[in-house]
Amino acid sequence: MGNWKYFTNGLLKENPTFVIVLGTCPTLAVTTAAINGIGMGAATTFVLVFSNLFIALLKNLIPDKVRIAAFIVVIATFVTIVDMVMKAYTPDLYKALGIFIPLIVVNCIILGRAEAFAQKNKVLPSILDGLGMGLGFTLAITLMGSIREILGNGSFFNYRLVGENASTILIFILPPGAFVTYGLLIATMNRIKLRFNL
Amino acid sequence: MEYILLIIAAVLVNNVVLVQFLGICPFLGVSGKIDTSIGMGVAVIFVMSLANLVTYLIQQYVLVPLHIEFMQTITFILVIAFLVQVVEIILKKSAPPLYQALGIYLPLITTNCAVLGIAILAVQKQFSLLMSVVYAASIAVGFTLALILMAGIREQISLTDTPENMKGFPISLITAGLLSLAFMGFANIV
Repeated sequence: MGNWKYFTNGLLKENPTFVIVLGTCPTLAVTTAAINGIGMGAATTFVLVFSNLFIALLKNLIPDKVRIAAFIVVIATFVTIVDMVMKAYTPDLYKALGIFIPLIVVNCIILGRAEAFAQKNKVLPSILDGLGMGLGFTLAITLMGSIREILGNGSFFNYRLVGENASTILIFILPPGAFVTYGLLIATMNRIKLRFNL
Repeated sequence: MEYILLIIAAVLVNNVVLVQFLGICPFLGVSGKIDTSIGMGVAVIFVMSLANLVTYLIQQYVLVPLHIEFMQTITFILVIAFLVQVVEIILKKSAPPLYQALGIYLPLITTNCAVLGIAILAVQKQFSLLMSVVYAASIAVGFTLALILMAGIREQISLTDTPENMKGFPISLITAGLLSLAFMGFANIV
């Protein structure tokens, strides 16, 4: 049970998207549909878990002075793997996420967890931390993708909720909608935290 | 003419921050004051142009001839990190006043996803060398423009009475949303 807290930490208390506010670029850019949120979240979680695992294993071998460069190489390796796998097996999703797949490499969540957690902890806690943070990120961007898809496109996971000709609030799937939705979601989280003293 | 359209499109129509969502972290992080955002903007213009020049050469003369294009992400990010370090060292030795002005912003640029993003986009769009550098410089000018506009607004916001829940990130994001709405007015002009 002792390791359980490493996993739950990223889900709510230190949620990377709503509480720490890291990795904002993919959060805003790819959340035009709920399915993109799941895809981006899964790709990021994969990279996060494996980079945390390898950095926790290699932490005694990596000299302190070049650690950031070493972390980036580890992360970039897994990003390249994800990039190639997604290109081969999920071409539609790959096209929808576009440039933001290679950009997982500069997602601050991953480097942040390597620096703040994996290089100081053992292997199992690091994996759980990566998994928790990754799932927290996935849930957050899927929630945001759902809101934007429902309001902006009138559908949920491509399932149409309104009639063919019904007018939707188009602004929510356009760039301004991303900023406003994200801002309001963080404000809601702040409100919940104040209300329940989390 | 081609270049003028490219510049207008990169600065206004496809503004890197407000439309393409690249470089949001520095956009939210250093847009508190106009002075700091000008410093950051100049540093980004400089590094981004240089990064595109170098990554173009690497793509054309190293990755493509060796058929290792899949190494693009890993090579580009290392080149950018290396470049930022070199620029920092050179400026420190040869142009101390410039270093004083840009110094603290340079290390932050490595984590600016716009630099890597634009380098990859320029390769995907198959620009020529000159076009790639012009594209990077105009994208960076667009970044600076958005940053300065945002800083101006945030200086005003800091004096107003914002609701407790909206302080910090939420109000900044909503402001950015309104700026983005304004920039949508430029859509389809080229």
